[in-house]
Amino acid sequence: MTLLASNDFHLLPLLLAPLVAIAFILGKAPPRLTAGLACAFNLLYAIGLILFYPAAQGGYQYEMSYAWVNMPGLPPIHFHLGVDGISLPLVFLTAIVSFAAVAIAPGLVRRPAEYYCYLLLMSLGAMGAFTSLDLFFFYIFHDFALIPTFLLIGIWGSQNRQFASFQVTIYLLAGSLILLAGLVALVMELPPPDRTFDIPTLQAYISAHPLSHESQNIIFLLLTVGFGILVGLFPFHSWAPPGYASAPPAAAMLHAGILKKYALYGMIRITIPMLHDGFVFWQWLLLLLLAGNFLYAGFITLAQKELPTMLGFSSIMHMGYLFLGIACWNIIGVTGAVVLMVAHGLSAALLFGLSGEITHRSGENRFSELGGLAKRAPVLAILFSFASMASMGVPGLANFAGELMVFFASFLPGNVPAMALIAIYGTVITAIFQLRAIKNVFYGPMPQRYAADTPAPPGSGVIALPAMTDVSSLAERAPYVLLTLASLGIGFMPFLLIHLVQPTVTLLPFMK
Amino acid sequence: MLPSSGLAWWLLILPLLSAASTLVYLHRKPNMAIFASVASASLCFLLALGIAAGSVGEPTPFEWMSFPGLQIDVGMILDPLSKGMLLVVTGVGLLVHIFSIGYMAHDPAKARFFGGLSIFMFSMTGIVIATNLIEMFFFWEGVGLSSYLLIGFWYDRESAAQAANKAFVCNRLADFGFMAGILTLWMMTGSVSITQDALQGALLHPSPVAENHALATATPPVTPASRQPLLTNGGGVQQFSGWLAFVLVLGLFAGCMGKSAMFPFHVWLPDAMEGPTPVSALIHAATMVAAGVYMLCRVYPLLLLSPPGMLFIAGIGCFTAIFAALIAVQQNDIKRILAYSTLSQLGYMVMAVGCRGPAAAMFHLSTHAFFKALLFLAAGSVIHALHDEQDIWKMGGLARKIPLTFWTFLIGYLALIGFPGFAGFFSKDVILAVAFQAHPIFFWVGAFTAFLTAFYMTRLVVVAFFGRARSNAAEHPHESGAVMTVPLIILAVFSAVGGFALGIEGFYHGWSISQLRSTGQLPSTGATPQLPALGLLLGTVVPLIMVFGGIFLAFALYRGRDSDPLHIKVLANKFYFDELYDRQLVGGQQLFARFLGWIDDWVLEGAILRGAAYLSVGVGELCKLIQTGSLQTYAFVLSIGGALLVYFTLFAH
Repeated sequence: MTLLASNDFHLLPLLLAPLVAIAFILGKAPPRLTAGLACAFNLLYAIGLILFYPAAQGGYQYEMSYAWVNMPGLPPIHFHLGVDGISLPLVFLTAIVSFAAVAIAPGLVRRPAEYYCYLLLMSLGAMGAFTSLDLFFFYIFHDFALIPTFLLIGIWGSQNRQFASFQVTIYLLAGSLILLAGLVALVMELPPPDRTFDIPTLQAYISAHPLSHESQNIIFLLLTVGFGILVGLFPFHSWAPPGYASAPPAAAMLHAGILKKYALYGMIRITIPMLHDGFVFWQWLLLLLLAGNFLYAGFITLAQKELPTMLGFSSIMHMGYLFLGIACWNIIGVTGAVVLMVAHGLSAALLFGLSGEITHRSGENRFSELGGLAKRAPVLAILFSFASMASMGVPGLANFAGELMVFFASFLPGNVPAMALIAIYGTVITAIFQLRAIKNVFYGPMPQRYAADTPAPPGSGVIALPAMTDVSSLAERAPYVLLTLASLGIGFMPFLLIHLVQPTVTLLPFMK
Repeated sequence: MLPSSGLAWWLLILPLLSAASTLVYLHRKPNMAIFASVASASLCFLLALGIAAGSVGEPTPFEWMSFPGLQIDVGMILDPLSKGMLLVVTGVGLLVHIFSIGYMAHDPAKARFFGGLSIFMFSMTGIVIATNLIEMFFFWEGVGLSSYLLIGFWYDRESAAQAANKAFVCNRLADFGFMAGILTLWMMTGSVSITQDALQGALLHPSPVAENHALATATPPVTPASRQPLLTNGGGVQQFSGWLAFVLVLGLFAGCMGKSAMFPFHVWLPDAMEGPTPVSALIHAATMVAAGVYMLCRVYPLLLLSPPGMLFIAGIGCFTAIFAALIAVQQNDIKRILAYSTLSQLGYMVMAVGCRGPAAAMFHLSTHAFFKALLFLAAGSVIHALHDEQDIWKMGGLARKIPLTFWTFLIGYLALIGFPGFAGFFSKDVILAVAFQAHPIFFWVGAFTAFLTAFYMTRLVVVAFFGRARSNAAEHPHESGAVMTVPLIILAVFSAVGGFALGIEGFYHGWSISQLRSTGQLPSTGATPQLPALGLLLGTVVPLIMVFGGIFLAFALYRGRDSDPLHIKVLANKFYFDELYDRQLVGGQQLFARFLGWIDDWVLEGAILRGAAYLSVGVGELCKLIQTGSLQTYAFVLSIGGALLVYFTLFAH
């Protein structure tokens, strides 16, 4: 394929900023400040891109294409970037969550230069995956982001980080290999002269010459299992709760907030539009599995006794809404799923970040040992309540708007309204465990030891347990306040985001 | 119709500004926060007066969410129903704000309290003016949130934190049904709007979603097949239009059951008394809990689609009325007695809607708002005077010591039991007349509930205010200051004379008739239906006998007593519903959750995954090799992935 799209380099700075920052950090620049500046730049830049994107028209913009590998016999690989109304919100999400993840104060970090470089690499990988329009880079960028994820868990993690890191690595690499197999199989199904890695070209070809039913069914299953593992679709979710529980908060924010959305983005961008017959064939299975996310993961969340593990399961459970919106494959549902991706990204990042603050400042993550902390940490309590309300789908915060669209979508003909009922029941379950978490952490009588510094029990290896502290300075609060404000903005004015997403969704193949 | 202007939006903006400024900055300046909150409440009341007088019109709606076949706008509906409700909400709201200045004066967190009240005013006003059910749901959950925040105001008390969670979860469970009802409505009619025009369109020319969808996507275009009215008879008596209509009514009613604490969702309301007393007065007695009734009146033409649904509503209302009144007979906490009385009165209102008397329900809602707010605030004044004593058996003899509180409480009491001439007398009579018209059994249960009401309220008054002081605190109470007593006096005046404003009922009745006519459920001409004379007569006479019987019996039993001569355990324990829910439902759910957690740990993760890993030792060793923690290895693995991609594409055919 020799077609060169218009060369518009507007997306390049998003990828260059983290790279430049990494170069500076390796050159002994102050790591946190440098990383923060790069992420702040990306956030402002992403907002600019959204403002200048012709939303009403939809479709790819800011396209640049550079022939990277062009070997005889191999379809050419282009470094092809471009965004549309579906990927732009995710670019924004990546930028804002990355900024927050870098800006939260993680106490004393060992080996700060490496730590912030890995965070930047994760952000870069996600940004690359969401802006790539070439299958090769789409895949590689994500895989590339997984490596720092493993390292962050393995080096800076808590609790049983060795095992968690091991499990996450095995799981996600397996998922990613299955995905690879699916993507290769997809390209291979095309006759040799027409093979291409270029997503728009591939889509155009497949729309004109659909693949056979049999191959669609098989490849769809491969891709769904691959993406399913990456996102924690039931029953491929086992890696997530222990992984998120041991990951350092910033890494959990980046993975749960952004990187996991990659799989859902892949479902919208590749799996369903290119393999629509396979989708129709397997829709029942998809619905069954995501019901498992709601009910199975939902109930297990209720049984959790530690805050980070509970959040891990809750994040799995909430993938059900996203999958449901996608599985409806109508305008309302897919738009809802995209809105919800942003919403969930914001709320998950908030929750994991705040959970880190709670654990770090109190030295405790078991519900039975926490309590009454609102007295010592009122701001933390307010922020955590906002995050919980967002996660519960309380109106006024972004998640509600997205979930609402998914509910409506399930009531459109061709879908199963009962799925909406399960999903709405999911909001009841979420309310139960999330409110219980607020109560167990912040309400009720406060154990004495949080009130003042207390000597640690002998033999624990620690000299003194410090008193509970609040997120007191503006700098400590800013990342959480930023995420909360974004969620409130979308929650009160969802039309802002819908106007950006909907026209592009309408252009998707087979959209009802 | 007035030219649309943005002025009415300030009803929402002012309280939101007050709440936001308190959250961001004013919590450090409690007096400023109080000023902001009270000022916004006052301005909202003035605005509501302007709206009621017709000098402020409906503002232009704006788009909130828009898809082909789904349009959700944020607008304001200002018709007789919402105008009346706005006056009640902002009026009682303002008085409670003022009362709270005194009541909360010594609480260190009073700024947070007033911030919560402002969130509540924002959400409650939103429910009243909502033009569609999603807009209503938005604010519906908002009042739930403010209720949660205010019940848990003293969050370091375990019981308060527990009660707050219980209230939120009960409401969430009910909102599950509400949302299902909204979606069903959308599926049936293609719209979620509840303005009169929209309901008219939805009922007479429904465009079901399936059909819209087919129209939007079909090629070649098809013609609409089923623009038939949902009503099988164009007017007069409606026929049952299928199970879908029943599901719709059940769903919408579920929302009401949560917010208005109908049986079996009633358990949260008595516990909600953990919140400060002004909150109990405003949110958990006068306004928020009545939102369920208001919503039913709003969607009344839809409820008529399903006669079995209407019967269900009336039945639940009727049952809740007597059920809660029975429990109230054996409670000892002054606020809990009032809470169960609220449940019982809400039961009356819901029953009235189910018996085709939305105007009667709204009438009782309005009078109840005033006298129940009065009772709660007066009870608050008692509790304040006794330094947080709430057990009526530790009171006694208060009538002479805090006379102003006593007399205002007495007026509220007379209004509640329906003493002739007081507000509750008129509104309860209309409800009973409506009930008589629907079915005598509703009438007789309602009348017996009137007897119970008179009995337990007389018990409360006799034990708490008469006799001798039974505790130290009760020996030396102190009357509250003017900032607390003036709101009491104003509410007392309304409770005393509010009933004579029979115009209220006529006002709502006229609105209801016009709504039914426009939606084709009443013939557009002819006389308006009137309540039967016999029903009105019985509705006046029978309750009178019941009320006097109740007063007499309670006097005879409780005068001069220092402890309760009645010991009805099942009533004192509220029919054991808390135990049932806690042990069976919550316990069972938790057990199931642990069981699944166990499965996940041991079967899915343990046996299958780890087992598989251990089985293939080679794979395990390989994994250990991969797990080196060094960047180079990972980069190597990654490049293998990339190489595989290239390889397969190149050589596999």
